[in-house]
Amino acid sequence: MRSIRARLVATICGFGVLLLAALVIAPVVGSTSISLARAFDRSTPFADNPDAQIFFVARLPRVLAAALVGSLLAVAGVVLQALLRNPLATPDTLGVSSGAALGAMIAITFHLDVSVAGVSSIPLASFLGSILALSVVYALSSARRRGLSTMVLLLGGVTMQSFFSAVILFLQYLADFTETGRTLRWLMGTLDVGSYAPIVAVLPVVVVAFGIVSTLSRPLDLISLGADAAAARGVDVLRSERLALISASLCTAAAVALAGPVGFIGLVVPHLVRLVVGSDHRLVLPASALFGAAFLIACDLVARTAFSPLELPVGIVTALIGGPFFLWLLLRAAR
Amino acid sequence: MTRTLPAWRRAFMFSVWRKAFVLSVWRKAFVFFLWRRALALRWLPAVIIPSVLLLGCSATPSRERAAGASAPRPQRIISLIPAATEMIFAMGDGNRIVGVSNYDRFPADATKLPKVGGLLDPNVERIIDLRPDLVIVYATQRELLERLDRAHLPYFSYEHRALPDITQTIRAIGVRIGSADRANALASSMEQSLAEIRAATAALPHPTTLLVFGRDPGTLRSMYVSGGYGFLHDMLEIAGGTNVFADVGRQSVQATTEMLIARRPEVVIELHYGDKAKAADAEKDLAVWNALASIPAVRNHLLHVLVGDEFVVPGPRVVEGTRELAKTLHPETFK
Repeated sequence: MRSIRARLVATICGFGVLLLAALVIAPVVGSTSISLARAFDRSTPFADNPDAQIFFVARLPRVLAAALVGSLLAVAGVVLQALLRNPLATPDTLGVSSGAALGAMIAITFHLDVSVAGVSSIPLASFLGSILALSVVYALSSARRRGLSTMVLLLGGVTMQSFFSAVILFLQYLADFTETGRTLRWLMGTLDVGSYAPIVAVLPVVVVAFGIVSTLSRPLDLISLGADAAAARGVDVLRSERLALISASLCTAAAVALAGPVGFIGLVVPHLVRLVVGSDHRLVLPASALFGAAFLIACDLVARTAFSPLELPVGIVTALIGGPFFLWLLLRAAR
Repeated sequence: MTRTLPAWRRAFMFSVWRKAFVLSVWRKAFVFFLWRRALALRWLPAVIIPSVLLLGCSATPSRERAAGASAPRPQRIISLIPAATEMIFAMGDGNRIVGVSNYDRFPADATKLPKVGGLLDPNVERIIDLRPDLVIVYATQRELLERLDRAHLPYFSYEHRALPDITQTIRAIGVRIGSADRANALASSMEQSLAEIRAATAALPHPTTLLVFGRDPGTLRSMYVSGGYGFLHDMLEIAGGTNVFADVGRQSVQATTEMLIARRPEVVIELHYGDKAKAADAEKDLAVWNALASIPAVRNHLLHVLVGDEFVVPGPRVVEGTRELAKTLHPETFK
């Protein structure tokens, strides 16, 4: 018993230090060099202080968004991989991302140019799209009385993805061809949120989702072994599975609404973390949340500095850096 | 019945649903191709799309199928490029055009002509049906070129680039359609007008200017601006402005919040194509810039909206567009 508490502390400290380092370094580095002394200089009014504006308006929200999106996607990945008992499960698997994409496409194509509390219509519509996808998947899962069939969920999710893609293509087909650029750019994901309002707007969802997930580490351990085994150990399987489904979907919905679909994090971060801390969800969940945040901050740092003044979509950086790193860890673990 | 038909057709044309009818399988295939690209190689569209968006835009004659035994002076011309349509009308040869693209909106006479598709979805059947003796196409329309070859239809193809290419194209089209003198006169008068604007602004201060051609409404996200290449950049420099992204040798750059603050433009000009009625909404939407108060343009209220096709179509109206830019930048000199 010593081991689990000690390991939890060690894990949180280790990954926490990593995240802290990322949080401190990332806002200081960028395509322009800024002076921190001037950025925190209170004697010049904020509006006349470009260093402060770059630091507080451009970089800090961006780094915070990266942290939030990274940890949301990583946690969603962990939960779904355990729930579906499938190592290939990602936050996109259940069609939640596709639903979000559909929502965003509708907002762009039909020029729904309203904004609520500093949040434009596109994230709102994408969140509604995810909720729509979630309700369909949830309805599918509720059709059975005892436990979810992972097969039904997987097939349902893949079908939803195809269906939403078809609707998106149909919308594109109707839309003005000049909108194609905007919609495609949205699909690449971007963390340049430009203000704190979008981050604040998703926070309630994040709190609810993480709150649910934090109660799930024990059930997830057992469910990943098999529904029957879990039931035999006294887990309310159906309830846990539904909570897992809802919380993972909410995580994905919040992340996609904030930054658009950013690939790879949800697939690989959980595996990376498991290679380091083992498969106990009491460790994997917090470690993934911390490491996902640090990893996406680092990837975004590369994305915005590597080819400055041009910027890479962060999604390719996550895959370019994460892919080889993951393969290396796999090789090392195989020895 | 005959009296109501044009009105009905016009209303029909401007509705969204018109698009659904005129789009061909080609465009669907292309969008699907882009889609797959977006999912597989998410970065690629970031490079391709902005340049595709500008295709409405600048010019170099490239390749032309020999007219063969056909008449040296074509009498039935189809123009698939709005810029080329405008050029031919401006030369005074609009009466010889028998078909235009779906995107032609100027001059008014051109909108009454039969529509034969757009850049991505030319309708070959309708083109052949109109029995043209010259088809003006864009050089990237490879499949169309092959099919025109097979149908033994003469064509003229060219590609848009920087501002000087526009007058060069006018001369080349003039030679091809047997109106070399008038084309030459048009091109020379354009060059002279541009030279006059350049001379008038030469001695004036050139404020650093950000030329925006698209962003998400209600936020400063997904902003595309003019880089240091292309006809819009050239127009801006002639109009007496210094492009803040002059050092980036691309037609379009995706500008992040950080770049905007760091480059400190003294003037911001947002270009909107299409309906002039959009101007009021666009003006209202300028308020989002207030978040970046350290930018001189924001502080000094030098944020402008210009609405009009002359900023998207690299034809004879670039002179007007340049004059409007000059008026915006130097209101005291240009009245």
